[in-house]
Amino acid sequence: MNKLAIFTIMILALVFVQCGGNPETSSSSEESSTSAEATPEPEKSTESYDPKRGEGKFDEANLKLGALDKAMAEKGEAIANTKCISCHKLTGEKLVGPGWKGVTERRTGHWIMNFITNPDPMIEKDPEVQAQLELCLVRMPNQSLTDDDARHLLEFMRKNDNVK
Amino acid sequence: MKRTDFFLKFIALVSMVALFSCKTKNTSSAVSGDAAAKAYVAPGKYDEFYNFVSGGFSGQLSVYGLPSGRLFRVIPVFSVDPEKGWGYSEETKPMLNTSHGFVPWDDLHHVEMSQKKGIQDGKWAFANANNTPRLARIDLKTFKTAEILELPNSAGNHSSPFGTENSEYIVAGTRFSVPGDSDNGDVPINSYKKNFKGHISFVSIAPETGKMKIAFQLRTPGINFDLARAGKGKSHGWFFFSCYNSEQANTLLEVNASQRDKDFIMAVNWKKAEEYIKAGKGRKTPVKYAHNVYDESTQMATSTIEKEVLVLDVAEFKDICYFIPCPKSPHGCDVDPKGEYIVGSGKLAALIPVFSYDKIQKAIADKSYDGEYEGIPVIKYESALYGEVKKPGLGPLHTEFDDNGNAYTSFFVSSEIVKWNIKDLKVLDRVPTYYSVGHLCIPGGNTAKPYGKYLIAYNKITKDRYLPTGPELAQSAQLFDISGEKMQMILDFPTIGEPHYAQASPTELIKNNGQLKIYKIEENNNPYSTKSEASAKVVREGKKVHVYMTSIRSHFAPDNIEGIKLGDEVYFHVTNLEQDWDVPHGFAVKGANNAELLIMPGETSTLKWVPDRTGIFPMYCTDFCSALHQEMQGYVRVSPAGSNAALTFSLNKPVTEAK
Repeated sequence: MNKLAIFTIMILALVFVQCGGNPETSSSSEESSTSAEATPEPEKSTESYDPKRGEGKFDEANLKLGALDKAMAEKGEAIANTKCISCHKLTGEKLVGPGWKGVTERRTGHWIMNFITNPDPMIEKDPEVQAQLELCLVRMPNQSLTDDDARHLLEFMRKNDNVK
Repeated sequence: MKRTDFFLKFIALVSMVALFSCKTKNTSSAVSGDAAAKAYVAPGKYDEFYNFVSGGFSGQLSVYGLPSGRLFRVIPVFSVDPEKGWGYSEETKPMLNTSHGFVPWDDLHHVEMSQKKGIQDGKWAFANANNTPRLARIDLKTFKTAEILELPNSAGNHSSPFGTENSEYIVAGTRFSVPGDSDNGDVPINSYKKNFKGHISFVSIAPETGKMKIAFQLRTPGINFDLARAGKGKSHGWFFFSCYNSEQANTLLEVNASQRDKDFIMAVNWKKAEEYIKAGKGRKTPVKYAHNVYDESTQMATSTIEKEVLVLDVAEFKDICYFIPCPKSPHGCDVDPKGEYIVGSGKLAALIPVFSYDKIQKAIADKSYDGEYEGIPVIKYESALYGEVKKPGLGPLHTEFDDNGNAYTSFFVSSEIVKWNIKDLKVLDRVPTYYSVGHLCIPGGNTAKPYGKYLIAYNKITKDRYLPTGPELAQSAQLFDISGEKMQMILDFPTIGEPHYAQASPTELIKNNGQLKIYKIEENNNPYSTKSEASAKVVREGKKVHVYMTSIRSHFAPDNIEGIKLGDEVYFHVTNLEQDWDVPHGFAVKGANNAELLIMPGETSTLKWVPDRTGIFPMYCTDFCSALHQEMQGYVRVSPAGSNAALTFSLNKPVTEAK
């Protein structure tokens, strides 16, 4: 019985020698650094965010508001019907998003234009928009508005707020 | 005595266990330590290549990333796809129309990326339907099938879709020879030699739009066409097709089509064929085939039945086709990046013949022929041959190329990839595949500009590579790093099945080709679109009821519909008003006998619904769209056929007291 055990061990040892001994099996993965390049974190710094201005192309300098431009407001209404009115009422009543009545009194024109053309960064940064999100629970979508679209929409909102 | 017996048995057992573990160890030790790092793409990072992989008998085209092997998308092509409404929505049903009617399934084998000057241009991918012969063009801006063209006179569109260096033509060679569509086909099967013919379609591709058209067909002797490649560089203007069954057997081909020592590669001077067509030599032949086009502007497909093709019978024109003898049922027929060499791979051969384009031209000039086959000159083997790769392995199938003058051939029978030098024909390296490789792919490996770096083997047998899943297993692909002298296996990845051929493109080429993110709602010209909630409506036209509906996060307009009657056909035309990337909405209604819809931003899609009973039927959005997605729902009321219930529709209408 003892002999049998020794013989078996010998055979197993032989097998081990045959099977093992592949020198290439161990190598550390130093190259892994290539796939671990630094990912640029999306800008999160809220310090530079101005809640009065919002974030985007528009500010007091490039947006001057005067008397109502009826032609622009008319164009804005057509865009609103396709892209906005599914979720916003023209009254103050909340539907999916807040009602539009009085929005041009609560917000500056350039803030509105920044928000509707560039909603995602502002939802991340603007404290009031974040508070609004807690109420509505639906992020306002980016509806791919051009700068002109946004200007026309603003004019329609002003008309809705009885700007003359 | 008894003890010795036990002893021997014990040793035998130990040895068997040892042998088994040895084999397993060798299989896994083919992977060296840095393999994981080489195939690793960190979360949020992009892959280096897109891999467009045939979905075989699924009929679809799958898209993977390399080197990660991650599946990104399955593009529905020749089979219906209820998940995306492909072949179920009214807009896409015509895409699967054929001269045989609506065909909901096919077998997609090969992929060909469009090219400019022999280099991939990232515009389209072409794919073949093997069963009911068709060609598809997939638009790589939308990853959608844009066009499907049926091929007349054809059966088993296997030798397809291979293209010329500027995608002037994509070819479609018939696998089965059959009597032509306008010939009398009611003939005895064993009259093959007399009545069966091959046809090869040359489908022209419009440079800007990609629109496909059968420019002409070559009518050939009755044999089987298997695969093909266009010449490039100096051999541009020529096409090479592998042929088998030169025995012209019509039964037990396994034996009867393997009799001759050599079959053929057919060299086609397609510029010459073009000249004959221009000179009006093509025979107008009455046929019937469907041509289906998806219009991105109206977002609708139309199917047109075409009635005629131009056919050139190659036996009547002595300078279009030439046969080159090639050993043992050739399969792959691959042209090197410079267009100098044509590699034939005989499925049953133990060597690889490499033919020289220059020698073929000289042989034709010198009429160095070995007689004719069915009226077509047969070039002497030696006169066309550049040389043979000796003892490369067993059962060569396909060859692709790297950017350093090397060829890589897959061997089904000996289950390996063999790397060899194109100039001196010496074998440089070999690596096993698990198991039984069929096609292989190197990014750009069929073009004038191979990108090298990776090779993917698409295997025919999966066996023990993945966790067992019953009788049917995942399909198996394997990724090799070929940047060094030795090929190195770095990854197994399962695919949808069965993967035949695949091609791969650099990420930047596809990602920056003008990828479409949304359909602009202003440019939606679908006649059933609804561009605002105010214009949502329900219209009765006799027994047909059209619902013009919108969807936006997270409600439908209208979401209450009454006045539908039993016996009505209801068409839900749903327009997704979203204009942001990655916000599709779904649409489903209880009891629909077809599928759901998946509607991209700015798109209109239509589901036909025939209610089978009276009652209240819920509908809802199937694609999670917002925190209030579960609220995106509505009701349809179905009344008896004779009911006088008025047709009404509403959204958010104040509740009025009902009786």
